Amino acid sequence: MEDSFRLRRSLLYVPGNMPSMLQNIPIFESDAVMIDLEDAVPYSEKDAARTLVHSFLSTYRERNKEIFVRINGLKTDWWQQDLLAILPALPDGIRLPEADSPELVEQLDTVLTEFEEELGIDIGHFKILPSIETAEGVINCIKTARSSNRLIGLAFGAEDYTASLEIERTKTGEELFAARTRVVWACKAAGIQAIDTIFSDVSDMEALRRETTLIKTLGFSGKSLVNPRQIEIVHEVFAPKQEEVDYALQVIEAIQKAREMGTGVISLGGKMIDAPVVKRALKILKTAQAHGLIDMPLDEEVIYGHK
Amino acid sequence: MEIVRKAQAGTMQSSDLMVFLEPAPQLRLEIDSTVKKQFEHLIRKQAESVLQRFSITSGVIRISDRGALDYAIAARLETGLLRACADQRTSS
Repeated sequence: MEDSFRLRRSLLYVPGNMPSMLQNIPIFESDAVMIDLEDAVPYSEKDAARTLVHSFLSTYRERNKEIFVRINGLKTDWWQQDLLAILPALPDGIRLPEADSPELVEQLDTVLTEFEEELGIDIGHFKILPSIETAEGVINCIKTARSSNRLIGLAFGAEDYTASLEIERTKTGEELFAARTRVVWACKAAGIQAIDTIFSDVSDMEALRRETTLIKTLGFSGKSLVNPRQIEIVHEVFAPKQEEVDYALQVIEAIQKAREMGTGVISLGGKMIDAPVVKRALKILKTAQAHGLIDMPLDEEVIYGHK
Repeated sequence: MEIVRKAQAGTMQSSDLMVFLEPAPQLRLEIDSTVKKQFEHLIRKQAESVLQRFSITSGVIRISDRGALDYAIAARLETGLLRACADQRTSS
C-alpha cells in the first residue's frame, strides 16, 4: 500500500518505563504506538527506560502495528543514547519532539543513516514523525515537511504549543485553529500525513469526539492518544460512512461513463462531476479500502482516463 | 564487571520489579516475589543468565518481584548492574 494511504488514525503513547503498559502493546487496537522516552520518563530513569524498551522490543517480533519511539529532543543530553539503545531493536520510526526547524530533522536523518549502515539494514528503514509543538515549529513547518524522505507526516502538539504561546488550551480549540491549518497545509503540499495533538481529558469522550470530527474536517488523518480508551472513538470518526462510499462509487461510475462519451464532465443527481470531485471520491474509496470496506482496483487512470 | 556501590532499579508497580544491589565478597541472589511459589526458579534462571552475561561473581542482589515477565527482569537487573558497577554514573 502506498505509504500516504497507510492508516494512521490512532497513535497511542505508551510510557517507556512501565512494563504493565509496554507488554500490552500487542493487544492495543491502535494503528500505531509511540513508546515514550521523553516526558513520561523522569530524568533519573532515562537509562532504565531505554533498557526496558530495548528489552521489550527484542521480544516483540511478530508486530501487529507500527512502533515509533519518542526519543528525547536533540537539544538534550539523552537522544544519542536513546537511539543507541533502541534502534538495534528495529522500531519503525522515531517521533522527534520539538522539531522546531528542518535542520533538526536533517540532523536526525543523518544519524539514522549511519545507524542503518552499521546495522546492515535498508537506508530509509527508520521513519521520522516530527512534533510541531512551538510557535517556531509552526512557523517553520512548511520547510520541515520537506526536510527528509523519511517523514511519514508531521504531528502537531498542542500542549507544548499553547505553553510556548503562554496561553491556555481550551476544549473547543479556537486558539489552535491557525496552527493546525498551517500544519495541514505543510503536510498536504509535501504529500505526507497530518497527525493531530493529544486530547488529555480521558473522562470526556464527547469532547474527544467533537475534536476528532473537527480535525478530520480540517484534513488531519489521525491523532495522538494518551489512553487506549480513546482509540475506538477516533476510529469511529475516521471510518468512511457507508453513504460517502456509495456516493463515491457513483461518482467513479459516472465519470467512467462520461469518458466513454468523450467528455470529462457529467451531471450526477443534478451536481457537476469533474476532476476535483473524482479526486475526492477516489480519496474516500482509498480510505475505505484501507479500512477493508471495499476491494477494487483504484488507480490514477480513474481520474485522468487513458492517455 | 564488579558491583562497587549500592544501587537500585525498577519500580513497585505490578508487572515490574525492584532490584537492589550492593558490594559483598560473595555472590548472593535473593528473590522475593508475589508469585514466588510458582516462578522463583524461572526468575532465578533469568537473573543468573544476566549476571553471567555481565561476568558478575560477587555482590548481594535482592529482587523484589511484582509479577514481571522475563524481558522486564532482564532489563531491570541490567540497569541495576550498570548503576552499581565501576565506570558508570548512577544515572545517565
